[in-house]
Amino acid sequence: MKILTQHINEPGIETFDVYRKHGGYTAVEKAIKSMTPDEVVEEVKKSGVRGRGGAGFPMGMKWSFLAKPEGVPRYLVCNADESEPGTFKDHYLMKSIPHLLIEGMIVSSYALGANKSFIYVRGELLYVIAILEKAIAEAKAKGFLGKNILGSGYDLELVVQPGGGAYICGEETALLESLEGKRGNPRNKPPFPAVKGLYQCPTVVNNVESISNTPWIINNGGEAYAALGVGRSTGTKLISASGHIRKPGVYEIVLGVPVEEFIYSDEYCGGIRDGHYLKALVAGGSSVPILPANLITTTANNEPRLMTYESLSDGGFATGTMLGSGGFIVFDETACIVKNTLNFAHFYRHESCGQCSPCREGTGWMEKILYRIENGRGTQADIDLLVDVSRKIEGNTICPLGDAAAWPVASAIRHFRHEFEWHISHPEEATRPGAVYPTEAVLN
Amino acid sequence: MSTQTTDIKFTPENLEKAHEIIARYPEGKQKSALIPLLHLVQKQWGWVSPEAMDYVAEMLSIESIEVYEVATFYTMFHLEPVGKHVIEYCRTGPCCLMGGEKVYDHLKQRLGVQTGQTTPDGMFTLKEVECLAACGWGPVFQIREKYYMNLTCDKVDEIIDELSK
Ligand SMILES: Cc1cc2nc3c(=O)[nH]c(=O)nc-3n(C[C@H](O)[C@H](O)[C@H](O)COP(=O)(O)O)c2cc1C
Ligand code: SF4
Ligand code: FES
Repeated sequence: MKILTQHINEPGIETFDVYRKHGGYTAVEKAIKSMTPDEVVEEVKKSGVRGRGGAGFPMGMKWSFLAKPEGVPRYLVCNADESEPGTFKDHYLMKSIPHLLIEGMIVSSYALGANKSFIYVRGELLYVIAILEKAIAEAKAKGFLGKNILGSGYDLELVVQPGGGAYICGEETALLESLEGKRGNPRNKPPFPAVKGLYQCPTVVNNVESISNTPWIINNGGEAYAALGVGRSTGTKLISASGHIRKPGVYEIVLGVPVEEFIYSDEYCGGIRDGHYLKALVAGGSSVPILPANLITTTANNEPRLMTYESLSDGGFATGTMLGSGGFIVFDETACIVKNTLNFAHFYRHESCGQCSPCREGTGWMEKILYRIENGRGTQADIDLLVDVSRKIEGNTICPLGDAAAWPVASAIRHFRHEFEWHISHPEEATRPGAVYPTEAVLN
Repeated sequence: MSTQTTDIKFTPENLEKAHEIIARYPEGKQKSALIPLLHLVQKQWGWVSPEAMDYVAEMLSIESIEVYEVATFYTMFHLEPVGKHVIEYCRTGPCCLMGGEKVYDHLKQRLGVQTGQTTPDGMFTLKEVECLAACGWGPVFQIREKYYMNLTCDKVDEIIDELSK
């Protein structure tokens, strides 16, 4: 069952005509001609679809929080900043089938009563911006955008806005600051964007994939969407798979596929690359806790682990992780956990906006300690120091980037402490090029 | 190296584009055009000079400091002259797992420069960037608007040969 990618490989699907031939823009017709905005919101609520940007907040509920003061414009802003390491699904969707997002933006803007909506795309994807702008021009020429859409009296302009290369602008309030032409410093909440967002007006921020689900929901009904998946993990999810697998790429799964099937089936990742075996998994983008081999395909209770919000987080942070953005990074036994943790720590230090001291100082401190350990100059006390620093960042910052920086370090030590200890006790071996903790010896 | 930007004016084509961008935002919210205009500056001159920042400030009726603040925050803007081609390679975890380090080492050797440097002939500047949202198609680098994905050492040679012509 595919909702987003069903037609993605059709030749010419990036053009209006081919997209239309495959049922494109029927959701706009249906919504605008036969539904009130509130009825559209209601269907999205019924679908149970949760935000696909990482946090998994129910989309319909977010929409219903939008303040509607008289005479004040409301905005819909699509978050296409996609910068979470391991995540490349929005990039894939926008470059391959741009009209899907445009159609979703029209349906969603109509539901929210927005007459000007923005798609904030990470600046590096300038070529994707050109693709989106072309699609917008086509949709406008056909009367699906602009003034008086399909003769309904409803007006909508879509603006595609580039970022400038800053991971933090994926955080919704930093994104709004950036869209206002400022540095991407996250705002204190409350007020939430639903009350005071873009230009201090009520605003909804949703991820590309979230918005792209709305045409299908309108065409088929929220209940049909909710019938897919497991429990509160309804519908499908795009998973960006990378690392040591045979077939890296973007896969659309119905939520609930067993992790084991996702990794080993030829329909998805196709298994670990030849001659190697699974060592670790980061299931939802670099920010989520890393899992060791024994907790990937089964939970700590020995139940099969499923690709759902609930199953991936089963066991909490002690033995679970998170679905996050669906950035599925697979490590085989050649990967060095210490080195990878350092790599991620460097990322967060580089991307911290610097506003709060626990994040600004803490991310730099963690990187320094990890650098020391990776280069054979660490002490055993450094391991506990890392845990301590990560704890002091977590929960003490303006935005969740602090947590996102702390979790990968804390979880790597939780599950792979022996690798850190080995680096410290065997500095000569550990600093040889390509050196890895000798896992095989332990397993045999 | 890029030319000096003493005579700071957008080309007629870019000027038209600039006005079109500024008109996108609600009345009084023209500052929103800042990042798009900095991209336009970089497209025309290859980098963002102090003079160009002042020019943009004037165009948007904002203080120059507001432009400097933004230009220094966002890593895509080159605040110093760069080579003809800026190669920005992704150093982040997934690309390393996909074999990035070997490919990037080869790239450095081939160009004879380290990260952050420009080749003596002014053809290439090498920069290291974070995840480019192409992790499963890594290793990857970007040159201006173009992504080069699934890189191998041989592919790197071909690309450099082509661009050196
Ligand atoms: C540091 C940080 C980076 C984020 N990056 C992104 C991103 O690139 N794309 C995205 O959609 N959401 C990102 N988010 C989540 C957004 O803040 C927000 O929750 C999301 O855009 C809401 O859309 P959704 O409910 O449809 O997921 C990020 C959050 C944080 C804290
Ligand atoms: S947690 Fe980090 S990124 Fe977020 S506001 Fe504070 S310093 Fe900035
Ligand atoms: S890690 Fe290189 S593109 Fe994501």
